[in-house]
Amino acid sequence: MNIDTVYFGTIEIQKEQIITFENGIPGFQDETEFVLLDLEGNPGFKIMQSTKTTKLAFVLTNPFLIDPNYEFKLDDSSVEQLQIEKGEDVSVWAIVTVQDPFDQSTMNLRAPVVINLQNRYAKQMSLDSTNYHTKHPIKGGEHYASSNT
Amino acid sequence: MLVLTRKEGEAIQINDDIEIKVLSIEGDQIKLGIDAPKHVDIHRKEIYQQILQENQLASQLTTDSINLIKNPQKD
Repeated sequence: MNIDTVYFGTIEIQKEQIITFENGIPGFQDETEFVLLDLEGNPGFKIMQSTKTTKLAFVLTNPFLIDPNYEFKLDDSSVEQLQIEKGEDVSVWAIVTVQDPFDQSTMNLRAPVVINLQNRYAKQMSLDSTNYHTKHPIKGGEHYASSNT
Repeated sequence: MLVLTRKEGEAIQINDDIEIKVLSIEGDQIKLGIDAPKHVDIHRKEIYQQILQENQLASQLTTDSINLIKNPQKD
């Protein structure tokens, strides 16, 4: 199928690439289907593009590349919702709020995106009882991310 | 908005499968127990609001902002 994207124009995607957020994400509850697209030139980041709304896309990054000590507990209810069977099937991403200049950009460690790679079910967590917040600086991380992937 | 008065130990039933119970009241703090199916996400409102706002900011992506990521050193 073809989808229209913010950045890449119209592209062809396979159905298997779609990740499903059963309940959408906070603020975008009707948006249940996204695809992760690679960003040429900077492998530390991906674009999470809505399949139905051209204008809706997010920048994601691997939070562990920027904060190697990042950790949280996946609660039982999320494990069940996403039908997670094995830890290695879980992929974790942080949503980036891009600023100009770029090194002022932040990532949201309070609400990571968790994807079960087996069935491509996903959800945005809300880590209520952690010290992580919604605006962690990514400064420095983009170079680290680029040189390590 | 529906307004109900409840005492400690009393509960509210929403549909067949959601129960919210007042577990204890101490000063200005009320402890609630919530029983709901696993697919129902329950959030502290102020945290949900923060995440929602951050998602809205993060979603305002333009071609320019994506170019910033592709060429972060250029500034």
